[in-house]
Amino acid sequence: MALITDNKKIGNGIYLLEVEGRFKGSPGQFYMIQVAETYPLLSRPISIFELTGNKLKFLYRIAGEGTRLLSEKKGGECIGLRGPYGNGYPSVKGKIAVVGGGMGAAPLYETCKRLKEHPDITAVDLYLGFSEEIILKNEWEKVCSSFFYDIGGMITKHVDVADYDAVLACGPDIMMKKLTETGKKHGKKVYVSIESRMGCGIGACLSCSCKTANGNKKVCKDGPVFLGVEIYDL
Amino acid sequence: MTCDLSVKFNYLDFKNPVVAASGTFGFGEEYSRIYDVGILGGICTKGLTLEPKEGNNGIRLWETPMGVLNSIGMENPGIEAFIKNELPKMKKWDTRIIANIGGAAEEEYILASEMLNNADLDMIELNISCPNVREGCMAFGMKEKSAGELVEKIKHTSRHPVIVKLTPNAENIVRVAEACEAAGADGISLINTVKAMAVDIKERKAVFENIYAGLSGPAIKPIALRMVHEVCKAVSIPVIGIGGIMNWKDAMEFIMAGAHLIQIGTANFVNPEAGKKIVSGMKDYMEKEGIKNLDEIRGII
Repeated sequence: MALITDNKKIGNGIYLLEVEGRFKGSPGQFYMIQVAETYPLLSRPISIFELTGNKLKFLYRIAGEGTRLLSEKKGGECIGLRGPYGNGYPSVKGKIAVVGGGMGAAPLYETCKRLKEHPDITAVDLYLGFSEEIILKNEWEKVCSSFFYDIGGMITKHVDVADYDAVLACGPDIMMKKLTETGKKHGKKVYVSIESRMGCGIGACLSCSCKTANGNKKVCKDGPVFLGVEIYDL
Repeated sequence: MTCDLSVKFNYLDFKNPVVAASGTFGFGEEYSRIYDVGILGGICTKGLTLEPKEGNNGIRLWETPMGVLNSIGMENPGIEAFIKNELPKMKKWDTRIIANIGGAAEEEYILASEMLNNADLDMIELNISCPNVREGCMAFGMKEKSAGELVEKIKHTSRHPVIVKLTPNAENIVRVAEACEAAGADGISLINTVKAMAVDIKERKAVFENIYAGLSGPAIKPIALRMVHEVCKAVSIPVIGIGGIMNWKDAMEFIMAGAHLIQIGTANFVNPEAGKKIVSGMKDYMEKEGIKNLDEIRGII
């Protein structure tokens, strides 16, 4: 169980949850959040937004009953928390493009923050695409070298993949597929974090099994981060 | 007072009645990182087929009040890879290993059970109850004739004790259980998931590509309990109770209904430590109630 210290609405159906405790995790990993004893029975996999000292934050959107109940939780209440699970983004070097679409922005805050602090990284350019509104507008600039955002368009149009040593992405399939294709053309590695319905979150139930170039993989355990070509170049 | 959780299941001793259900525990490795799975009475493997299977396309999991629908479709590495890669790892744990096998046709079951003859296992659980594959499997468990014929053949082939996992979708589950016993089965496990469905009204189509899926979890527990009770009254071979067991209280209900062992399925997803908690919860209950052995309360209803 973890103590909620804050759970505020920051956009249309979008919330920022903060819990207190001693947590571990690396960018791109997720926690299983249990909001109820009975329904929904299963926990919700939600990626790490920010991890500092004794605070762990999650950025989430109401997508169903679980996240709706989560949005009703107040500071001082507790939630079940297990993790961190999944592999997270790998270590990269040089000039990095970080690209997010919609709620795919969620794991990219901590990702940029850690990259920016890393001596092997020369620049971290963050590109975020939203369909209706930008969330946490004033926060993103703090964690990257340059920040570009777009509302209602295609964020991939603004990313010159050839100019980077690697691309880290999270967002709609169409966005990550496009980046993967461009990356392949220019010989650049594109890492994508994919979303899936999960049961156990630890690799046992095979609910999140996905087809890859190297056979079926478990999104929760082998992923959620994969090389784009493993997923989209089948 | 020292209470004894051990159970004699035919000639096999189980240190306690708590067994991880097939398809919810992988091959134990993931859970072994969370707790010592050797404390369990046993582990049923992910459903195995002769050849590797990729499983079903589309959505594989859907939640419903107090339950979970799944349509995994028996994704598994196949018998050969299981024997080579998974079984040696499982043997490190001090627990009974039950290989769950399924198939589309009789021949597949026979060959699978033959291949397992040289494997160091404790039992085979014959899966004639999975609703998520298009051919075979549950089709064998729907009627007593097909179930009995298959069990007879596997009993002839297999050197391991054979238990049969039944489907609540059977025409008459008690008759199927009786036919399995008559065919030589060493035990019965029930129930597998209840054939069910979900509709996405926004898309105006079935959630699952196969349309139907299997319902598990607390939603099915009262039905499972009734069926376990009925089957325990009808057969003299030992029974493993399965269906929505979430905690030690649920487990005790199944024991009182007549089950020798119980299996934990969906609960493993809700809390990965469910098995461990159920073992300790049952022990505490027995100590408090002065129950020395589960034989004292088994089948008292």
